[in-house]
Amino acid sequence: MSEPLPHGRPADGTGAASSTTAATPAAAATRRPVTGMLHSWDLSTGVDGPGTRFVAFLAGCPLRCLYCHNPDTRHMRDGRRTSADEIVGEAAKYVQFIRAGKGGATISGGEPLLQPLLTGELLHRFTHELGLHTALDTSGFLGDRATDALLADTDLVLLDIKSWDRALYRHLTHQELAPTLDFARRLADLGTEVWIRFVLVPGLTDATENIEGVASFAASLGNITRVDVLPFHKLGAEKWRALGLDFTLADTPTPTADQTAAARAVFAAHGLHAV
Amino acid sequence: MSVQQTQTTGRNPWEGFKGGLWRDAVDVRDFIQHNYTPYEGDGAFLTGPTERTTAVWRQITELFPEERAKGVLDVAYDVPSGITAHAPGWIDRERELIVGLQTDAPLKRAIMPNGGWRMVASALRTYGYPVPADLEKVFTRYRRTHNDGVFDAYTPAILAARKAGVITGLPDAYGRGRIIGDYRRVALYGVDRLIEAKRVEKAELDAPPGDPARLEEVIREREELAEQIRALDELKQMAAGYGHDVSGPARTARDAFQWLYFAYLAAVKEQNGAAMSLGRTSTFLDVYLQRDLDAGLLSETEAQELVDDFVIKLRIVRFLRTPEYDELFSGDPTWVTESIGGIGEDGRPLVTRTSFRYLQTLYNLGPAPEPNLTVFWSPRLPRGFKEFCAKASIDTSSIQYESDELMRPRFGDDTAIACCVSAMPVGKQMQFFGARVNLAKTLLYAINGGRDEVSGAQVGPDTGVLAGEALDTDAVTAAFDRQLDWLAETYVHALNVIHYMHDKYAYERLEMALHDRDVQRTMACGIAGLAVAADSLSAIRYARVRPVRDGRGLAVDFVVEGDYPAYGNNDDRADQIAVGLVETFMDKVRRHPTYRGARHTQSVLTITSNVVYGRKTGATPDGRRAGEPFSPGANPMNGRDRHGYVASALSVAKLPYEHAQDGISLTNTITPDALGRTEQERIANLAGVLDGYTACGGFHMNVNVLDRATLRDAMEHPEKYPQLTIRVSGYAVNFVRLTREQQLDVIGRTFHDAL
Repeated sequence: MSEPLPHGRPADGTGAASSTTAATPAAAATRRPVTGMLHSWDLSTGVDGPGTRFVAFLAGCPLRCLYCHNPDTRHMRDGRRTSADEIVGEAAKYVQFIRAGKGGATISGGEPLLQPLLTGELLHRFTHELGLHTALDTSGFLGDRATDALLADTDLVLLDIKSWDRALYRHLTHQELAPTLDFARRLADLGTEVWIRFVLVPGLTDATENIEGVASFAASLGNITRVDVLPFHKLGAEKWRALGLDFTLADTPTPTADQTAAARAVFAAHGLHAV
Repeated sequence: MSVQQTQTTGRNPWEGFKGGLWRDAVDVRDFIQHNYTPYEGDGAFLTGPTERTTAVWRQITELFPEERAKGVLDVAYDVPSGITAHAPGWIDRERELIVGLQTDAPLKRAIMPNGGWRMVASALRTYGYPVPADLEKVFTRYRRTHNDGVFDAYTPAILAARKAGVITGLPDAYGRGRIIGDYRRVALYGVDRLIEAKRVEKAELDAPPGDPARLEEVIREREELAEQIRALDELKQMAAGYGHDVSGPARTARDAFQWLYFAYLAAVKEQNGAAMSLGRTSTFLDVYLQRDLDAGLLSETEAQELVDDFVIKLRIVRFLRTPEYDELFSGDPTWVTESIGGIGEDGRPLVTRTSFRYLQTLYNLGPAPEPNLTVFWSPRLPRGFKEFCAKASIDTSSIQYESDELMRPRFGDDTAIACCVSAMPVGKQMQFFGARVNLAKTLLYAINGGRDEVSGAQVGPDTGVLAGEALDTDAVTAAFDRQLDWLAETYVHALNVIHYMHDKYAYERLEMALHDRDVQRTMACGIAGLAVAADSLSAIRYARVRPVRDGRGLAVDFVVEGDYPAYGNNDDRADQIAVGLVETFMDKVRRHPTYRGARHTQSVLTITSNVVYGRKTGATPDGRRAGEPFSPGANPMNGRDRHGYVASALSVAKLPYEHAQDGISLTNTITPDALGRTEQERIANLAGVLDGYTACGGFHMNVNVLDRATLRDAMEHPEKYPQLTIRVSGYAVNFVRLTREQQLDVIGRTFHDAL
């Protein structure tokens, strides 16, 4: 069955640059249609920010997390070239529902800041055209691609801090931690509301000093209104297999309720609202 | 009888009540409006079950395993039921606060042969009871039944359509139900006053009608009124058997519960209706509870006890039914539907503390399908009530929601739901229940020139087999239109026959005694297979569909080449096809005159019959295999709604209530995780989802929030949970497609992580 915005169609392989080079939504002023690579869209409740939300999943991510549950969104070619008009038009169908249900719209991925032009355009139009609460779900690794204008159109950032230990962060994601921390500090300076997300992986991220590090950093920022401690799960394992990739955490256990509660307690001890 | 009663015997039963209109004429709504106390707080005042409540309920639950194992616990097989047919019965005479059983023992079922003797005999044989020869003689030789009358008058076309399953589930062999007596009237006025009012109504018809067209109707009404008065007398006798005198109004809250329950009990002693709904009683009874609480006659614990004891009685209503019935409507449903909440025409919420107390029974007695607790939802409901409903849904999956915003403007604020989704002003409107037609099969008739794809028989009109390698949208649409013309005509004809005979042989004397004489009647048609038909038409239009014909020349399979937009994704290309089907069929139904001038309506509802309809329907052009179940009600087909339940729900919300005023049903199954990560968040989010759906014009939503036990059941019986979707922070999987290991993972996380 076809959809207005089908999933997972291969990209034409030519257009990736256009959405990453232009840096600001000011491009909209030139009336050039903004496009980018969209993996899919969905409606979700309570997992991508407050309330029921329209979620646009953008394709492509610079991180290679060991526990990634959406490995099918890693490459921009995993998406379909889609215009902002099309995505905003789709979201518009839900505005009445979302407003009544006190929800909003979230740009997720993949890594949305890999396509800052499309991301900025969507946040801008979701805010100003549709009057929706907006959220940006990001690892922060490409935080310097987010312009101040983009962040001005963002009500909430869902910021994934995967580890406090730099070596461990590199092991987990194959990238550096510093950009994420820089981005977090910038958001604090701007006063943007942030929810921290921390994935608890037994034997990897669950060391007390690691959690403690994230917690004390988060507590120092002053703009963190919530911390989601997300228990590691293996529901994406089938996607790894389907892509012919090796899921190295296949034998890693999921955290027990006690382990998760203990991690939350570390955040709570720093005065953070951890759930 | 009780201490409480003797204390208040002396007082005027209406002492402290305000307003005047309701005193002079039977007008329960006016009484409620002048006397109820809206409650805008939360559930903190509620109390748990008392030892007494738990002990009484335990005596019932201990009977359930045997009942489940045998199918029925016991049958009073030798006495045709009636209001006074059975001796009084008790669960626990010392402890019960509200008394009265359908027969002389709990869960013992009655026989009700007026609907049809064959069904009684078949049910008795099924469960190993003797078929009394004397009764068989009476009901086959001397006393005709509804079922006899219907089959005498059915036409060959109706019989053929019925046999093929294109018109199906008709109440021609069982009680039609979906009539709600205004049981509150007995509590407010007492039976004598109601009899007096019926005598006046009858006297108004003493003069022969000037209009010859009214002649038969007036004679019928006079006989019916005589029967209604007789039934009210029997109600008094039945109550007297339990030591209560219901000739006058209730004096206390306990009286009010008891009087109202006796009235309802009389109805379920007399009628084995498809749905025997209760009405809208909580806010009415709250007036009495509040008066006694204010007077210090009752504590909150005692008020809740009365509600709990009343609800125990509603949970044990039973009917003797045949296996064929159970197959259509499985799970032994009785649809003791109680409508709760909503907003009044004056803008005040109709929510009272007793609205909460009714929902509290789901905790005090545990979750249950009956009574069918139905919340009239409005974004304007008080927040405390919304959140209590959402919490109860999350905890018990036992509540359904219907849009007060769609019903109030059309039916007023004293409306209740009969069965699942049928709205009617209490005591002022009744319906002629008409089950439903199978739209998916009808579409196959269009493709096969009116021949049934299973039997090969010519059932519909011969519109010619559609030629060509691939199906053509215009040709299919034209043939489908003609088949639908035939279907609507045959269907309304059948319903007229059924309801003529039901009035004649199985008239609901007691229920109609608790209505105004000049009642509004609706002819409640229905459609099944909407999603299959809409997707099939979408496939024919947007993809290429090649029929595979068998030796008889009938299309028995279809090859779908290419994609098509499916209903359930908030995509107008498909959704508007479904909308068009609803409008078109309603228009066609409206063309045919109805028995007693009933107003035409229709529902998009299947209950559990979608499985049987699917079994009887061949492969369809949407790619559905022969025999595969339809989606229930107005739900999109399983697995084709690919953008989550909100997109799916908004497709359903597009179906026009204006053309489906008997209700549009949507069933949603949500895991707790799909509503949020903390309990408070889930409660707020579910309330938000209901606000959103109502704001977008959605009518009904069954909300299932699955607990661990249900997920475990889904692991063992995946066929029962084809749509169960779990969302995990940004992505969704179909639960039954996960490996066993992953399912265990979900079960662990879902529950251990909920804070």
